[in-house]
Order: sequence, then structure tokens, then C-alpha cells
Amino acid sequence: MSIYTRRRIANGVVMSLSVAATAFGLLWLVLVLWTLLENGIAAITPALFSQMTPPPGSAGGLLNAIFGSVVMTLIATLVGTPTGILAGTFLAEYSRGSRFGEVVRFINDILLSAPSIIVGLFVYELMVVRMGHFSAWAGSMALAIIVIPVVVRTTEDMLNLVPNALREAAAALGSPKWKVIVMVSYRAAIQGMVTGVMLAVARIAGETAPLLFTALNNQFWSTNLDAPMANLPVVIFQFAMSPYADWQVLAWGGALLITLTVLCLNIGARALASWSTFKQ
Amino acid sequence: MSPPQASARLAMPVVPSDPDVRDPQLVPGQKAVIRNVDFFYDTFRALKNISLPLHDKRVTAFIGPSGCGKSTLLRILNRIYELYPGQRATGEVLVDGENILAPGLDLNLLRAKIGMVFQKPTPFPMSIYDNIAFGIRLYERLTRPELDDRIEAALRRAALWDEVKDKLRQSGLGLSGGQQQRLCIARAVAVELEILLLDEPASALDPLSTQRIEELIAELKDDYCIAIVTHNMQQAARSSDYTAFMYLGELIEFDETERIFTHPTQKQTEDYITGRFG
Repeated sequence: MSIYTRRRIANGVVMSLSVAATAFGLLWLVLVLWTLLENGIAAITPALFSQMTPPPGSAGGLLNAIFGSVVMTLIATLVGTPTGILAGTFLAEYSRGSRFGEVVRFINDILLSAPSIIVGLFVYELMVVRMGHFSAWAGSMALAIIVIPVVVRTTEDMLNLVPNALREAAAALGSPKWKVIVMVSYRAAIQGMVTGVMLAVARIAGETAPLLFTALNNQFWSTNLDAPMANLPVVIFQFAMSPYADWQVLAWGGALLITLTVLCLNIGARALASWSTFKQ
Repeated sequence: MSPPQASARLAMPVVPSDPDVRDPQLVPGQKAVIRNVDFFYDTFRALKNISLPLHDKRVTAFIGPSGCGKSTLLRILNRIYELYPGQRATGEVLVDGENILAPGLDLNLLRAKIGMVFQKPTPFPMSIYDNIAFGIRLYERLTRPELDDRIEAALRRAALWDEVKDKLRQSGLGLSGGQQQRLCIARAVAVELEILLLDEPASALDPLSTQRIEELIAELKDDYCIAIVTHNMQQAARSSDYTAFMYLGELIEFDETERIFTHPTQKQTEDYITGRFG
């Protein structure tokens, strides 16, 4: 057998294995989406968006849980985004090559991969125990702690991609450093930074464990941030585990809703990343 | 030490036409004087005891093989190297008699009057208009019409106005390489400038764009003191008045361009410009 024939066979075998592995991975995603659609589509009704979580046996929706999820995700993003961007800017622009920067980067990477239930327990100790009750504030803080390392990492990575030549060119015009960062580095990296924030939001939209220990749940409509607040992940957890068929249908609906939201956020982030001012 | 380098040492200082170089303030026409400058990347000594003047309204070219320190020398003149920890320069660089290597000097103010154009075009990710306005807005408060005039003037000086006047609001990144480089030159000359540093400004460009940049240099030298680093000896011969030949961090020879290219005093210089450098 010639070298060339052997090479072609090796190529064919590896190619087949790669395609098979890709198909295996995608299969589960398709199955999950299909099962969610099949079971959840029946629950997507106007009532889902207009009524409160019901007691077993009566009609209802997920309005309070949807509201709670949106509010807590929003607060977590508002707290986590500026913190993460400032810390990421510090790492990329001010502490390159310094010992302190490396330590901060290392700790951030640990936080990035920390199990979210640890974050939940941490905020439970820090806020819930001291305040004496579960609250939406505590839930928001737990989610913010998950947002921060994601945004720090993407901000730093995106700023590191900005060529130094651009910073030199701005500095050579007599621009102070903060202005180089705000006017040039941020502008060059903005799409990646926004993408990072969107991915962080997608990540916390489905987090259950940290909320279980912090915001808990609320069967009723509540806008009080100092009280327990309903949210989709915990409601899904509670309803899906229950023996009641109508609760289970609502859980399917909620699961489909979260999945579609996360999917849209991811697609949006992708679209934003590929949409480029470079192609004007 | 090899014999040619020994003779180069003996030839220092290498400014035969300017015996008064040690009293720079007294020599008319010298915008800047580099005196006994050493440069270090951490512990590596990249420049060794460099001394030469830069004449006002003249072009000084720096030639030499890669790694000889010519770009490093250029980067000292606006202290852009200070963006990176571990890089430092010693000695003196006198601009109008003031030592710009002195500690405590305001680097932003220094760089505002010493423009720099880099090897690769570096348009900012913003509109053509804002690219030019960036530098102006740093130190001047202008009304909109005044700013418009300044931007048009800068683009005209860089011979770019006719090509971009209808798309000032479009991204500077959409221009061709040659246009981007002229945009960078326009950006540099839009502010009140005294010295213009060009670090291989045409090496990434095609011959036609290169020619335009060279024409531009010839026009700009009426107003500024220009220092240009180039790999292209024809370019140095064509567009400069003075030429400095550098090798391994040392200044081998500095003289009027015509003399360097016709009667170099150092053998290394002759070998390099005749292409026999090994």
C-alpha cells in the first residue's frame, strides 16, 4: 500500500470519527429541545404570562416567577457588569506582567469555575442568616457573584486582543492613559465585551442552586426586594418534583421559556460578535 | 572586537560638519540633539552611546540591518517606550535645549508636540473625522466649524482629502492600507507639531502608496523636523537630507545623505549601502 493510499484511509477514518462525535454531541441537544417543545408548548398560553403560580389543582401561570427572574437577573447584571468591566480593565491595561495581576487573574479563574451552589451557600451565610430571612436582594447578590468572573474574563480577553500598536498610536498623540482606554481600547473591544455580558446573563438566567439558598420562592406576587421572591428555576424545580400533573405542565412551560431565552441570548451574542465595524 | 568596529569607535563623534555638537543650543538649525544615549530592554543594552543632531526642517533617515536599534532610537524621542516596564534610556535628548529624558517631564505634553507614525497603519476604530479630531480635541477646545476646517486642512496636507471628503463619517478601518497610513499622517499633523517621527511608514505599502508617502515627506519637511526609520536605502537616499547608519546598537556613521551614499568614511557603511553586508 502506498503512503498516499494509507494517508487517505487515515484521513477517512479520522473524519468519520469526528463526524460521529459531533453527531453524538448534537443528538442530546436536539433531544432536549425536542422534549421541551413537545411537553412545554401546551403550557405556553396567555395565562402563563398573566397569572400567578397556583396551588395544586387550580389554574394558574408563572407571572410572579417570570417577574422575579427578570428583576433578579437585571439587578445582578447591573451590579456585576460595571464591577467585572473595571476589574477586567485593571487586569488587561494596568497590571500586565505584575505579580498582583497574576494572583487576581488566578483567583478570578477559580471563581469562574466554582460550583454555583457554593456561591449560594456563601451568600446564605453572608446575607440570609444575618438578615434572618430569604430575600430577592440575597438572590441578586448570589447571581451577581456569578456574573462578575465571567465579565472580568471576557473583558480582559477582549482588551488583550486590542493591538498594542493602537495604544501606542493614541499615546503618541499625547493622550492620557485613561483616555486611551476609554476612547480607543474600549471602542476596539466593545463587541466582545457586550458578548461577554450577554453570555453571563444567559448563564445566570437558568441558575437554580444559588437562588434556592437566597431568594427561595414565593407563591404570590411580590415586588418587595427585602422578601423571598419567586423565580423560574426554583419554581421549575419545585413543580417538576411534585406529584401534581398541572404543576408539572407549568414546569415544562417554564423550562421551555428559560431555554428559549438562553438560546436567544446566545444567538444574539453570536450575531453581535460576528457583526463587525471592520466590514463597513 | 573586530577591526571595522574599532575604527568606528575611533571616528566618534561622527559629526564632522558640526564640530559644535556639544553645545547644541548654539548651533542654529538643530531642533534636537541626542547625546550619549544608551537604551536598555531590562538588562540588554540595545543602544550604545548614541550622539547625533536632528536638524529642523530637514529629514534625517536612520538605516541599518534589522535589530540595529534604529526603531528603538526613534521610540526614545517621544518616550513611547515608557508604556512598557523594563525599558529605559540614559543620556540626554535635548529638544530646543530642554532634556526630554529628564524625570518629571509631562509625557503627554511632550508627545503632543512630537508626532509619530508607525510601520503598520493604526487607524482608531472610529470615523475618519473622529480619527483626526481625536488628537485635536485632547488639547484644544474648538467650535464645530473651526474643527471642520482643521480636519480638512490636515487631510489636505496628507493628500487624502479628495479621496475621503464624501465619507468622513465612515470608519477609518474601511480605507486601503495606503489611505490608512496617510490618515495616520493627517492625524499626526493635525495638531501643533514640531517633530515628526516616521517608523518605516511605507514598508507595509505598495510602490504607488510608497511614492505618495515620500512626496508627502518632501512637503512636510518645510514645516517640521522629520526623523524616518527605513529599511529601504533608495528611500533614504531619495527623501532624506541626513542619514545615520546604525549597526548592532551603535551609530557607525552620520553625515549628509549625499556624502553617506557617495563617499562613506566607514567600510561597514559602504558594505551596507552597496549590498555587500554579510
